Amino acid sequence: MFMCLAIPAKIMSLQGETAQVDFGQGVLREVNVSLVEAKLGDYVLVHAGYAIQVLEEQEALETLSLWNDVIASTGE
Amino acid sequence: MSANLRFRNPELAQSIAKKIREVAPKKGQVKICHVCGTHEWTITHFGLRSLLPENVEVIAGPGCPVCIVPAAEVDEAVLLANQGKVITCFGDLLRVPGSESSLLEAKAGGADVRIVYALSDAVEMAKKEPQKDFVFHAVGFETTAPITAVEALGDLPKNFSFLVSHRLIPPAMELLLGVGDLEIDGFIAPGHVSAIIGLKPYELFTRVYRMPTVVAGFEPNDVLMAIYMIVKQHSENDAKLENEYARVVKPEGNKKAQEMIEKAFEVTAGNWRGIGRLPDSALQLRESLATYDARKKYGVKLEKGKDILLGCECHLVIIGKIKPKECPMFLKACTPAKPVGACMVSSEGTCRVWAKNVAANSP
Repeated sequence: MFMCLAIPAKIMSLQGETAQVDFGQGVLREVNVSLVEAKLGDYVLVHAGYAIQVLEEQEALETLSLWNDVIASTGE
Repeated sequence: MSANLRFRNPELAQSIAKKIREVAPKKGQVKICHVCGTHEWTITHFGLRSLLPENVEVIAGPGCPVCIVPAAEVDEAVLLANQGKVITCFGDLLRVPGSESSLLEAKAGGADVRIVYALSDAVEMAKKEPQKDFVFHAVGFETTAPITAVEALGDLPKNFSFLVSHRLIPPAMELLLGVGDLEIDGFIAPGHVSAIIGLKPYELFTRVYRMPTVVAGFEPNDVLMAIYMIVKQHSENDAKLENEYARVVKPEGNKKAQEMIEKAFEVTAGNWRGIGRLPDSALQLRESLATYDARKKYGVKLEKGKDILLGCECHLVIIGKIKPKECPMFLKACTPAKPVGACMVSSEGTCRVWAKNVAANSP
């Protein structure tokens, strides 16, 4: 496995420090969420069975819009 | 187009590459260093180097947490395994060479060595088999350390302990700046380490070393964008800390994870394979957790090991001084099937990544 790899997954159910998450294509796995403040339906970044951060959709969209601005800017 | 497809859209990649060519200097080199095995995978797998102008170079620093575990610490794990303890670890560590033997060789010799996907799996095993002593070889940078901390501070069975080989990334980055003739012009900082530690630890590089530093994500367009941001800063003679990976990395990082690390560990000097001893670059369990520290519990502490075998150039690959293909053993005596050095063993090792994607980096 890649030790700095972390994969986004959606929280499908939550019980205490344990969550069932969906990595896409319906693959469900139990992960530990004690390192994050996550709620049902959030996307979290999972590293070796533990969620290490909550993904921010708004920030993702802003990044893409920033990229568009850069590309649209004229070269010097 | 959905957001996740945009992050690896090839037309967008071409557009960003064009912007890089626009801001790249007409004369002289720009050398950018990243320090993450997953960044090297993205760059190599997607052939990003082929999109860059000739004078913009991206090199891989010590970003593979398995590769930099010194042989002496593998020897400690092998010694414990041969004493009859159950050694648990992530799969990548299994074939990493110790001075005489890897954990895989110890396993072949009859030792009980088990691969786990998550640390919690190892803890569960220990609970189910109370008659055996379990040791988890905890390897990894700041991304992985909080996980060890959570379990070390949690409800552990008495027959469980850790052999801690965690290391910290900023001291390794600082070391690279002191390596003669490496002459780095900018850093791509690792996204998932930064998700934990935040931006502050990198301020040193911009303020003291005037080094453009951009925290980046792991999609190809994330990395290209980070390269653009660094080259642009370079051309404007600027040295800023920028965050390209804001969808994951918050300026303050993950406070909860930082608190767990602080509670469980103290920072100490540590040996790095191919690099040597770096001050304040390793974690060890605090005295209050000594019962879970395998080195103290079993009186094991090895200092000297054989890190680099004769002819192997891992020590130069790890600090980005040479490319894998410049090592005389690369894809000859040293292959993914029969690795000689640690950089060919781990899926995040630079040599392994290059060997699996030969076309992307030829000629």
